Amino acid sequence: MAVFISVERVSKRYQTRARALVAALEAVSLEIHADEFLTIVGPSGCGKSTLLKLIGGLLAPTGGTIRVRGTPLDGPSADVGMVFQSPVLLPWRTVLDNILFPIEILGRSRSQYRAEAERLIDLVGLKGFERSVPRELSGGMQQRVSICRALIHDPPLLLMDEPFGALDAMTREEMGMELLRVWSERRKTVVFVTHSIPEAILLADRVAVMTPRPGRIVDVLQIDLPRPRSIRMEFSGEFQKYAEAIRAAIAPSREPA
Amino acid sequence: MKSWAREYGVPALVILGLVVVWEVVCRGARIPVWLLPAPSAIVRETWKWADRIPAHAGVTLYETLGGFALSVVVGVPIAVGIVYSPLLRRVIYPLIVVLNSVPKIALAPLFLIWIGHGLVTNVLVATIVAFLPMVVNTASGLESVEPDLLQLTRSLRAGTLQVFWKVRLPWALPQIFSGMKVAMSLAVIGAVVGEFVGSDKGLGYLIIVASSNLNTAVVFGVMGALSILGVGVFYAVVAAERLICPWYIQPEPDRP
Repeated sequence: MAVFISVERVSKRYQTRARALVAALEAVSLEIHADEFLTIVGPSGCGKSTLLKLIGGLLAPTGGTIRVRGTPLDGPSADVGMVFQSPVLLPWRTVLDNILFPIEILGRSRSQYRAEAERLIDLVGLKGFERSVPRELSGGMQQRVSICRALIHDPPLLLMDEPFGALDAMTREEMGMELLRVWSERRKTVVFVTHSIPEAILLADRVAVMTPRPGRIVDVLQIDLPRPRSIRMEFSGEFQKYAEAIRAAIAPSREPA
Repeated sequence: MKSWAREYGVPALVILGLVVVWEVVCRGARIPVWLLPAPSAIVRETWKWADRIPAHAGVTLYETLGGFALSVVVGVPIAVGIVYSPLLRRVIYPLIVVLNSVPKIALAPLFLIWIGHGLVTNVLVATIVAFLPMVVNTASGLESVEPDLLQLTRSLRAGTLQVFWKVRLPWALPQIFSGMKVAMSLAVIGAVVGEFVGSDKGLGYLIIVASSNLNTAVVFGVMGALSILGVGVFYAVVAAERLICPWYIQPEPDRP
């Protein structure tokens, strides 16, 4: 598969107030393939969100390089869609206007993207809510809107930072399946950060496993579960094997339970 | 109907009861009218001044609205400056803290010395009393934008002006309006203080005139007019808020 983004021995150090250098990431290397669904899983504080921000060009690495199609990255690129843990919609805008927000910022014509916005709304099952404002929607519905907003300008890369982390377990599973459905219709490269091991396996083509202090990628697993995925796959033996492998990579000293 | 009675009927009855008690106590204890006039006396005496009140109320209203408008026009840009420029923040913040510790009403005599008595002085007193909450509320509103939302605008390479007009300012509007509500209430106080210190017009001036004649009933009457004015301008801001940022107001629970 074609390499879309290559992360080459990237480090990120922060200076704390006490003047100490904290290594959030230490010599991380990772190849992200075009159109793959890559999840990054690890305990909190392992630098997975930092890695995502580096890939999005929102942070500059203190060492190493990130290349997008061979060109070194230097700053944010409009070819990225972002989804965060909280939907961060603009509360004064309707669903439709929230989805068209990136179009306005990019200085493109709203009318040209209106039909696409309506197709996306339809795709995530929000038809009829075009004129609703965020506070009239549930958390899951708001996050669906923020996914549409990330997709509206058709970026080749979608970065998701624990997008379902604030949702209840049932909504979370449902949203994961829905995201896969959207992804099968709007094929892009997805980098999806999560601290849930089952979520990481269920969604991914490959899972990158990270550990903290300093943040490193300790393993990358190829997930060979068939697509389309379903929640029931979580009970298969194959799935359990992946989960055990990830747990073992995160805490090698502990025996898998 | 029942909930309507509970929401408005009960408070109205309680207030009416208090007025009756006031009337009865004043008459029963034969409290002199210059000390504490009964409600009936207040209405009777104030009625005699009724033809003078509207013009003076108009002056106070003008000073209040002028002071309020100036505090918005001055306060919002200062807040924007504080939020966007670390240098301005370092310069302006200490000044604001100092100004805040001064009883601003004590500045009224200074304005009298510098500008002389009149409308302009009272508008400025109202402004100086009212503009601080505008600055503080606007600045904290502009800074309350969710960090992830700012990350999103950065990832789209949005310009500073785009972020200001499309994100920060609308995001801050509810807090700007809560600043405006405080500023409006303070502007009424500022205008009246200005009129106390030196003026020949306005409801504050009428209170001074009536009290120096020991016409206590009229003092109460004018205070009543003043509170009607204050409530009126306050709710004008509330109405503007509902009109301009309806997303902030919780919807009525009217689901079928």
